[in-house]
Amino acid sequence: MSDHSSSYEPSNGFTRWLDERLPIIRLMHGQFIDFPTPRNLNYLWTFGAILTFCLMLQIITGIILAMHFVPHGLHAFASVEHIMRNVNWGDLIRYTHAVGASMFFLAAYIHMFRGLYYGSYKSPREILWILGVMIILCMIMTAFMGYSLVWGQMSFWAVTVITNLFTAIPVVGESITQWIWGGYSVGDPTLNRLLSLHYLFPFIIAALVGLHIWALHVVGSNNPTGVEAKTPKDSVSFFPFYVIKDGFAVIVFALLFAWFVFYAPNYLGHSDNFIEANPLQTPPHIVPEWYFLPFYAILRAIPDKLFGVIAMVAAICVLFVIPWLDTSKVRSTRYRPLYKPFFWLFVITCLALGYLGAKAPEGYYLLASRLFTAYYFIHFLVVMPIIGLIETPKQLPDSIAETVLGDASEAEKA
Amino acid sequence: MNLSFTSPFKTTKLGFAAFVVSSLFFSPLAYAAGGGDAPDIKRQNWSFSGFFGKYDKAQLQRGFGVYNEVCSSCHGLKLLSYRNLAEKGGPEFSKEQALAIAQEATVIDGVDDEGEPKERSGKLSDHFVSPFKNEAAARSANNGAYPPDLSVMAKARTYHRHVPWYTEPYYWLYDIATGYEEKGVDYLYALLTGYKKPPRGLALNEGMSYNAVFPGHQIAMSAPLSDEAVEYADGTPTTIDQHARDVSAFLAWTAEPHLNARKDMGKRVMIYLVILALLLYLAKRSVWAREKH
Amino acid sequence: MSSDNNDENRRDFLMVAAGSFAAVGGACALWPLVDQMNPDASAKALATVEVDLSPIKDGQAITIMWRGKPVFIRKRTADEIKEAKDVDVADLPDPQADGDRVKNDEWLVLVGICTHLGCIPSGQKTGENNGEYGGWFCPCHGSHYDTSGRIRKGPAPRNLEVPPYAFVTDTKIKIG
Repeated sequence: MSDHSSSYEPSNGFTRWLDERLPIIRLMHGQFIDFPTPRNLNYLWTFGAILTFCLMLQIITGIILAMHFVPHGLHAFASVEHIMRNVNWGDLIRYTHAVGASMFFLAAYIHMFRGLYYGSYKSPREILWILGVMIILCMIMTAFMGYSLVWGQMSFWAVTVITNLFTAIPVVGESITQWIWGGYSVGDPTLNRLLSLHYLFPFIIAALVGLHIWALHVVGSNNPTGVEAKTPKDSVSFFPFYVIKDGFAVIVFALLFAWFVFYAPNYLGHSDNFIEANPLQTPPHIVPEWYFLPFYAILRAIPDKLFGVIAMVAAICVLFVIPWLDTSKVRSTRYRPLYKPFFWLFVITCLALGYLGAKAPEGYYLLASRLFTAYYFIHFLVVMPIIGLIETPKQLPDSIAETVLGDASEAEKA
Repeated sequence: MNLSFTSPFKTTKLGFAAFVVSSLFFSPLAYAAGGGDAPDIKRQNWSFSGFFGKYDKAQLQRGFGVYNEVCSSCHGLKLLSYRNLAEKGGPEFSKEQALAIAQEATVIDGVDDEGEPKERSGKLSDHFVSPFKNEAAARSANNGAYPPDLSVMAKARTYHRHVPWYTEPYYWLYDIATGYEEKGVDYLYALLTGYKKPPRGLALNEGMSYNAVFPGHQIAMSAPLSDEAVEYADGTPTTIDQHARDVSAFLAWTAEPHLNARKDMGKRVMIYLVILALLLYLAKRSVWAREKH
Repeated sequence: MSSDNNDENRRDFLMVAAGSFAAVGGACALWPLVDQMNPDASAKALATVEVDLSPIKDGQAITIMWRGKPVFIRKRTADEIKEAKDVDVADLPDPQADGDRVKNDEWLVLVGICTHLGCIPSGQKTGENNGEYGGWFCPCHGSHYDTSGRIRKGPAPRNLEVPPYAFVTDTKIKIG
C-alpha cells in the first residue's frame, strides 16, 4: 500500500488496544478521511460513491428477495408476485432491486465515459481500469442472471438465446451448452443454478471493488486536467470535502432512482416479462434490458453466428487493452483538440447502438448497426493509436493548483 | 470541427435541458397512430396515472362487476385472493361482501378418506378459483384457444407509437416525466372497444372475430361487451365504453394492487430527498467555501 | 477571524443538520428491511380458522391445523367434565381451574403440543394411550395430561395451551 500514513491518533484505551492488534480504524482514517484528493474534481468523480451505494442497495434488497423467491419453474413467477402482493413492503423492495439494476448500469456507464474522456486508464492506472472492466463484466453476468429469475417470457427466451450462443463454439459448444443448462434445454436445473450464481456474483463484484479502490489509492485519483498532483497544494483531504460532495451527489442520484421506483417502476422493463415462461411459444421480439442493447446490436450486426458472438465479446474485451491502444502523451481530452470530436462520435455510437439494439435487424436499422459497429471497433483499434501520434495537444497547466488558484478565468474550468 | 465545451458534464446538462424544454412543445397526448396496419391506440386519462394518480374505488367495484359477470366464465385471476377485494387501495368491498364473493366459488382442499379431492366453498384467504382446471380443459372448452389469466394482463401488454425515430427520445422523457405506466391498460381499453366489422375483402378464419387492435386483427374471443351488459348500482351509464373503462381500471388494480400506497409513499420520499439534497448542497458549499476549487 | 469562526460554526451546523436529517431517513428506510421478515399478508390471512363443531360426537376428539400447529378439540362427556372440576387446584403442578380453561364445559380446545419439548401427545383417537388421568399422554418423556389438558405427572412444566378462540355460533368456533 502506498504511503498515505494517516494522522490518526487513537483517542482512548480501547482504540489504542485495537490499533496495536488490527489497525483497521487507522486504515479507514488514512484511506477515507486524510486521503489527499485533487482539489479540482468535478461531479463526474462522484460516480464511484454512487456505484458503491448502488452495489450495497442491490445486495441488501437482493438478499431480502432471496428470502421469499422460489427458484422452481412452477413457482418462480408466482413467488415474485407473492413478494409484490403479500410480503410486507415486498413491492417496494422488488421495484428498488429491479430499478436498481438499471441505475447501477447508468452510473457505471457514466463512470466509464468519464474514464475514457479524462484518460483515467493511462499509466499508472492500467490495473485500476482493468479491474473496472472486470467489474462491468461481472455486473453484466449478474444482471442477466437476475432478470432470468422472474421466469417470464423474456427471462426464459433471453436465457435460451444467450446460452444457445455457446453452441457456436466449434467442437465443444454443444456439450458446454448442455452443461450450462443442466439438461437438453433451458429448464428447472437452469433456473436453480441461475439463482445460486446470481447470489454469488455480487460478492465477487464487492471483492473486485475493494481491489479497485486499493489500486486507486496506490496512485491517487486522476483529475480533469490529467496532470498529476505534485504538491500538497494540489489536493484537499477526502473528508470533509469529498465526503460531503459525494453525499450530495448520491442524494441527487437517489432522486432520479426514487422517481422511477415510485412513479415509473416498470418503465425500464418489458411487458412480455409479465407473461409466464412458455417453452412452446417464442415472443415476437426478444429484446434484452436497455443496458445490454448496444452489445445486442453488435451481435446482430454480424451476419455469421460465430463471428457475431466473437464481435459481441470483443466489444467488451477490447476495453481491457485500451491503456495500450491509446498513444497520446496527454491524458485529458480537454487538452486534445483533434481527439475530442472522435470521443463524442464514440459516445454517439454507443447511444445509437443502444437505440438500434431494440429495433428489428433489417433495412436501414441493420445498415446503421453495421456502420456504428464498425466505428465502435475503429475508435479503439484505429483512432486511439493514430490520433495520439499525430495530434498536437493544447498547453497543459503546470499543476492543478495553477488551474485552481491561478487567475479567475482558469478557476472557471471546474 | 472545433467543439469548445467547458466540460462534458456541462454539455450533457445543457443537452438534457434542451431535450426537456423542447419536449414541452410536444403534445403527445393527441397523437394518433399512423395509417395502414397500425392500430389506433390512444393514451387515455385514468384516475390512477401520473404523480397524483390513485384508483377510483367506485370504478374498481364496477369493473369487478364486469369481470365477475362477463369475463370470469373464461378468464381466471389466480394470483389474487378474495381478501384483496376488501383491502385498502382497491375496490374496498366490505369483508362481508368479499366473503360472499368467495363463498360463491368452490375450492378443492385436501382429500377425503378414499383419496378423492374434497370440495368446500371459498374463504377470504383462498386464491381466486380459475374457471378451468388446467390449460387443456380451457382450450377444449374454447375451440382450442386459451383464455389467459388476467391477474397481470394490464402489465403484460403494451403498444408501439408510430412516430418518426428522431422524436422517440422526446416521448421517452415525456413518459418518464409523467410516470406513464398505463400502456397496457390503454391497450386493454382499445381492445375491448376495438371490435368492428371486418374491412371489405377480409375473410375471417373460422370462429374468429375482427378486432382493430389485436395483433393480426383476428381474435378468438368474440366481442365480450355490449351496452347494458352489466347493471351498475351507482347509476353510471352502462355503455360498452364505460364497461371497457371500468374493467380495464379493475385489471390495472389486479396487476398493481398497491399503487395508491406506493405513490403516496413516493411523495413523502421525494419531498424528503429534495430537502436532504438542499441541506447537503448548503453543507457542501459551506465546507468548500474556504478552499479554492 | 470572527467571520472565520462564523463560517466554521455555519459549516458545522450544516454538516450536523444534514447528517441528522440523513440519519433519520436512513432509520426510516431500515424498518421495511426488517418488517419484510414478519408474517406476510397471506400468512396473516391464515391466522384464523373456523371450525364447525356439529359433526363431533360426545367423547369424540378431532385435530385441526391452526398456524401450522395441531389443535385438539374434544367434546367432553359428563364424566370427563366432572373429573376435571373435582380436582383440588392447589395440588396441580400448574394450578388452573377447569372453568378458566373452557368457555363452554362441553368443549375443550387445546394446542396439541406438549409443553415439555414439543412432541404431540397421543389420546385423540379411541384406543390410544391417554395416560393415567383420562386426557393425553406424551410418549416422548411420559407427561400425563387430564381431561382439562392440565399436566398431572411427568416433566412438562405447564398445562396444554388454550389458544384464543370464540364461539361464532353454538356449533362453530373461530380460533385465532
